[in-house]
Amino acid sequence: MAWILVILPLLFGSLSLILRNHRIVWVLLLFGGILHSVITLWVWIRPIEGNSLVFLDPLGMLILTVTSALFLMVVFYSIGYLKNHKERSSLTVGCLFLFLAAMSLVSVSADMGLLWVAVEATTLASAPLIYFHKNHQSLEAAWKYLLICSVGIALALMGNIFLSYAGGDSIEGLYIPDLLQNANRLDPRWLKVAFILFLVGYGTKMGLAPLHSWLPDAHSEAPSMVSALLSGSLLNCAFLGILRAFGILRLSGLEEWGGNILILFGVSSLIMAALFLIQQTDFKRMLAYSSVEHMGILALGIGVGGLAGTGALLHLINHSLAKSFMFLVAGNILVFYQTKNIDSVTGLIQKTPKTAFLWMAGFLAIAGSPPFGLFMSEWIILKGLIDSEQWVLIIVYLLALFIVFASIAKYIISMTFSDSSPTVEESKGSFRRNEPLWMWVPPFLLASVTLILGLYVPQALLSFLSAIFPGMGGI
Amino acid sequence: MDDILLNLVVVIILLSNIRLLNTSRIPVMIVSVAIQGWVIGSLPLVLHWERFQLTLVFITLITVTIKGVILPRLLNRSMQQAGVIREEEPFVGPTSSLLIGLFLLSLSFWITSTLRSSLPEGLSFIPVLALFTVFNGLFLIVSRKKAITQVIGYLTLENGVYAFGAALAVDHPFLVELGVLLDVWVGVFIMGIAIYHINREFDHIDTDKLSTLKH
Amino acid sequence: MSLLLALILSPLFLGIIVRTKAFFAGRKGQPLLQFYYDLVKLLRKGVVYSSSTTLVFRLSPWLALATVGTALFILPLPGYSGWISFPGDFFVLFSLLGVLRFSLVCSALDTGSSFEGMGASREMFISFLAEPALLLSFLVLAFGLEGYTLKEILSHPFSIGAGRTVALYFISVSLLIVLLAENSRIPFDDPNTHLELTMIHEVMVLDHSGPDLAGILYSSALKLWILGSLWVGISIPVRWGIFYIDVLVFLGSMGLLAVIIGIIESILARVRMIRVSHALSLATVLAGLALLWTIG
Repeated sequence: MAWILVILPLLFGSLSLILRNHRIVWVLLLFGGILHSVITLWVWIRPIEGNSLVFLDPLGMLILTVTSALFLMVVFYSIGYLKNHKERSSLTVGCLFLFLAAMSLVSVSADMGLLWVAVEATTLASAPLIYFHKNHQSLEAAWKYLLICSVGIALALMGNIFLSYAGGDSIEGLYIPDLLQNANRLDPRWLKVAFILFLVGYGTKMGLAPLHSWLPDAHSEAPSMVSALLSGSLLNCAFLGILRAFGILRLSGLEEWGGNILILFGVSSLIMAALFLIQQTDFKRMLAYSSVEHMGILALGIGVGGLAGTGALLHLINHSLAKSFMFLVAGNILVFYQTKNIDSVTGLIQKTPKTAFLWMAGFLAIAGSPPFGLFMSEWIILKGLIDSEQWVLIIVYLLALFIVFASIAKYIISMTFSDSSPTVEESKGSFRRNEPLWMWVPPFLLASVTLILGLYVPQALLSFLSAIFPGMGGI
Repeated sequence: MDDILLNLVVVIILLSNIRLLNTSRIPVMIVSVAIQGWVIGSLPLVLHWERFQLTLVFITLITVTIKGVILPRLLNRSMQQAGVIREEEPFVGPTSSLLIGLFLLSLSFWITSTLRSSLPEGLSFIPVLALFTVFNGLFLIVSRKKAITQVIGYLTLENGVYAFGAALAVDHPFLVELGVLLDVWVGVFIMGIAIYHINREFDHIDTDKLSTLKH
Repeated sequence: MSLLLALILSPLFLGIIVRTKAFFAGRKGQPLLQFYYDLVKLLRKGVVYSSSTTLVFRLSPWLALATVGTALFILPLPGYSGWISFPGDFFVLFSLLGVLRFSLVCSALDTGSSFEGMGASREMFISFLAEPALLLSFLVLAFGLEGYTLKEILSHPFSIGAGRTVALYFISVSLLIVLLAENSRIPFDDPNTHLELTMIHEVMVLDHSGPDLAGILYSSALKLWILGSLWVGISIPVRWGIFYIDVLVFLGSMGLLAVIIGIIESILARVRMIRVSHALSLATVLAGLALLWTIG
């Protein structure tokens, strides 16, 4: 049953690659996106049994749901976006579906080997999407993405090999529930090496500093809806790989050792992102570095564990929603201004009020200020840090968040409220002012969910999240 | 006999790595990586001779064909399409690369020293070789400029990973080995297309010219 | 015994190399014993000394012969003890070869000829790069076999330990490269070249004549024999334990080595100076690999 989540987009993807008519392809995209999220909802209502390859555990469900919801929103946006790129519709939609299939497979994999295959598949499916614009920069970004992520993936495969060797004769295969059950029988030496390899391998894909170098390029060169998916879903999928490995590590009694390494990577990502954010000229790169920062927060939260771990999982949801809607809005700005340069974008509020409103809201969200959900989750993580009395970490964490807030504020406020000097397009009279529905409804919906999560976190959600890692502790 | 065979494997893997490091001619690199593919592809059979199984033979055959025949041919073709046969000015020259290779080998000895003790006697040299090959691949990727030499570096890296797999995970081979094949196969295929595009766009495949994106 | 064999057979060794090359080139080639005739001929000739040379120039051929002769006392037959044997004797052996080179270089510089000076400089350059590989190889062997005399090292190189025999292959290749470089063979230097600019070793002895030249040629042949028998001792470790059979095996191996060198000279071209350093650094790296494989 869980296979249908993978097979369905695969089918739709192949169909849209075969049927090259753009209208049919758009219908397929709409239909496929809705169907996938309906099935995902259905799985929530009627939990299904897994088998030796696929299963649906709470952690996988979490990632799957986020992915599916984002994809639905991206579907609406993409149809509007592709109207201007009819000739590339077939390939783009096909790759989007394959990408969705691969990400769904990541979420439902019950086997570390299958998970690895799925993560590799995400790279292959998304590389053509990054090369959407077919120019020098996008080629460069796609090449970096392919090469760096493939290297990372190769290291993760080594992790798999080591993990299977750590199991010795007592554990057959890499079935995750099996591994969790027999975690204390794994050879700790090999397990440690395996975890480091997983962390480096999947961490490359997730964009943890110092392995993040592909991320800003890919995110800034890909078309905006793809950037939204990359940042909102793909990074989570890579994180899932790390979380699975960490889950095994916890139960084999190496929680503190593994946690410290996660904290190390998390802090370095936070610091690196904060430093790079100070000087940015490109607003999509700015968002990409903000993703690096949030991934750092996730790693940090999970590494500290306890309340911070639960907070990190909540943060994962919030970040996906907020960052993907920010990327969609950034796509709008790109359509209006035809530039990614921060200084060239002026007077957003007068020219395109709806987009400007969303852009400001997005700023508050990704910078982690109230009333949005990221504030809540960052607050929970901070509380977790205080509980565990990691004072140095707290100082670094707050300092990085402050720098990030200040730098993002500088860019976004200048873009939104500066005096509107006429742009090139405006002087040519070709500046489009109208904001069609597809441009602002999907981001608006995503923003609303983030807002709601900021004002009120359902107790059910919290208890669900805190039950994912037994013993992590709720609120 | 067994000992001589194993020694031969060790020597060929080490020498092919050394050759990859100290040559700047891309055809030579392709041949070296192909030879390495042959030897590493047949490792499962060589190392686990006593557990002779049909699946093992099958996997060996497929791996050797792909690593030793198909991929080198693909590389040769994209080399001819791109019209480059030399890595003109790598970031690190051949002789310094050799010395770095020596350093990487000692690093792999050092890193694997704790792990090797838990391995059976006959396998204890494999982690060193495999890790050295992995390091070698990584080094080639970062120290060479041409896209095609970077792909060769990636293949070397994959060879190293495969050597680990052949030594350690032979009890549950299928998923892992097929994973490698998929990885190499599709990865290089797509990279081949990418090289083609880079070549068409830039008239050359120097990746250091791919530097408009910074910070 | 080893001393006698070396003294008698080393020119023959050169003869075999030359015949092998001739065979591959499709020529009949000079007689195997040609070098003996050459030596006799030179010994019967008189000596011409340039007016700009000093005592150094006149002494150097005999110093060269003396050092090689001393080295021969240390050199053992593989598996047996040399006339002189003590821990660390291989260091002395290599130092004596160094003195040999020093004397030749001094005489070349003494002539004041620019060509000879250039040759001397190149000779030193090559040896400078070859020496580390040579020393490192023998250190690895001494370390791995826990024997510090040449006798112990050459007796049973394959007892170096399970899984470590790989090191021997590397050392063997490394020593072969050193052997070719130190004795001015192709691909490092061409012993038959006729253009001063391209010569390395030969240019240094252009001014010598008569018995002096004979002494230098003979000492060079002995040096080739010494390094060759070290290589054979390590690379062809067949030991019967019966003295005369071992001697026969050794002589056969030396013949094989001469053929190998001949083949190498036939199929390779002389490389540019810049590539010389690449090849010799390769030799050093191979010795380094062997070292890692032995101690790791």
